[in-house]
Amino acid sequence: MLLITCPHCGPRAELEFAYAGEAHIARPTDPMALDDESWARFLYHRANPKGLHAERWRHLHGCAQFFNVVRDTVSDSIVTTYPAGQPRPALPGDDKGATR
Amino acid sequence: MQRYSAFSLFRKALGGHADWQRQWRSPEPKAEYDVIIVGGGGHGLAAAHYLAKEHGITNVAVLEKGWIGGGNTGRNTTIIRSNYLFDESAALYEHALKLWEGLSQDLNYNVMYSPRGVLMLAHNIHDIQSFKRHVHANRLNGIDNEWLSAEECKEFCPPLNIGAMRYPILGGALQRRGGTARHDAVAWGYARAADARGVDIIENCEVTAIRRGVNGAVEGVETSRGFIRAKKVGVSAAGHTSVIMDMAGVRMPLESYPLQALVSEPVKPAFPCVVMSNTIHAYISQSDKGEMVIGAGTDAYTSYSQRGALHIASHTLDAICELVPMFRRLRMLRNWGGIVDVTPDRSPIIAKTPVPGLYVNCGWGTGGFKATPGSGNVFAWTIAKDEPHKINAPFTIERFRDGILIDEAAAAAVAH
Repeated sequence: MLLITCPHCGPRAELEFAYAGEAHIARPTDPMALDDESWARFLYHRANPKGLHAERWRHLHGCAQFFNVVRDTVSDSIVTTYPAGQPRPALPGDDKGATR
Repeated sequence: MQRYSAFSLFRKALGGHADWQRQWRSPEPKAEYDVIIVGGGGHGLAAAHYLAKEHGITNVAVLEKGWIGGGNTGRNTTIIRSNYLFDESAALYEHALKLWEGLSQDLNYNVMYSPRGVLMLAHNIHDIQSFKRHVHANRLNGIDNEWLSAEECKEFCPPLNIGAMRYPILGGALQRRGGTARHDAVAWGYARAADARGVDIIENCEVTAIRRGVNGAVEGVETSRGFIRAKKVGVSAAGHTSVIMDMAGVRMPLESYPLQALVSEPVKPAFPCVVMSNTIHAYISQSDKGEMVIGAGTDAYTSYSQRGALHIASHTLDAICELVPMFRRLRMLRNWGGIVDVTPDRSPIIAKTPVPGLYVNCGWGTGGFKATPGSGNVFAWTIAKDEPHKINAPFTIERFRDGILIDEAAAAAVAH
């Protein structure tokens, strides 16, 4: 079981949380302008990396807030957590961090 | 290939079983093959077998990162059934089930296919309606599936508790031709049969890159044992499919999740069939060794760690203890996870890709074992003829773009 640090409540057991998929996927601002290919990419295509993964969790049985977690999908260790709306932080060994 | 029979067993016994051949060779990779299959699990080995047997393509290599039978083929709960809702899925899984019925003879290898019946339990009104719909849909497709009342479930599977509990058993859908097979034997049997027809099975050989030519077509794969040339590459890498496909620049609609299973200490024959409950997340059967084989749902998050959280497994055991109270004192021996690749509609992808010469067989999610022979069979067809067989024609990557989903996600809930 993961020990997840909610940015608002502190470290809690995974049982209190609900996983909510890859983070930083913004809904297209003008969906009508999208072709089928881009719409499918938005709906269905995920990075699914073997390594660092930015993902959303919701502290369902706590403050009920969504927030983001960077987790290594090989070891399942959590590298950092940060509130929703913030960019993915720059981390050593992570080429997808804030600099992009 | 040394044929297995009661007679050969008897004759080798006289020699103290000292001179059995290796089941398959351990060749060095050649510089070039006609077809390379990436992933030496059941599906990949089956594809190699049918390429050689049905399409006469024997210059084939199966590249396996670890060892044969060490991935999801050796980690699943060995359930076989074909009672899927939609016509496309029913055709695919029924194709597999028909192959299961003759597989031991085809491979000259006892895969211990045991059609002992798969009973899917209903615990609420929605389950009853949904399963009855499945029963009717299956019958229209010529697939056996029947509705049993709670008392009939108890008669078919006496250890079940049909009395009062949190989620009482209200009935069940029974596919009598469903059952189990020995998962290791499936991998070994296919490996041996493919090897006998000239396929090279190369273990400890990890693919690190896919090389493409100036026209974009596949030229071969870089591996931990050097570059191997091939004009056709079939990817059959389960949870690592998106990693492999990324090497060719193809983004897949897949996410990889850990799926856990457990086995108990071995006991005498006590459980006559396979019982599944989608609603309370549990499935159970007894292996021929006597262990209760128990499967849980996937963990919540994507991962490549081949292990899951304890609370997922214990949630499943809660359900098992309610369904079969006599197992409450049974001790669990082992618990493990496998990484399953899940598509958004929970149906597989067996298709050509946008890259010429690159084919993919993936997205089997939590239910790939049952499809092993059928999946390999139509994948071999797709690679050999460079076009899909009519059974796997609907299972494209483009169905997500075109909105033609085969939405078994809603049809089969969690346990697949």
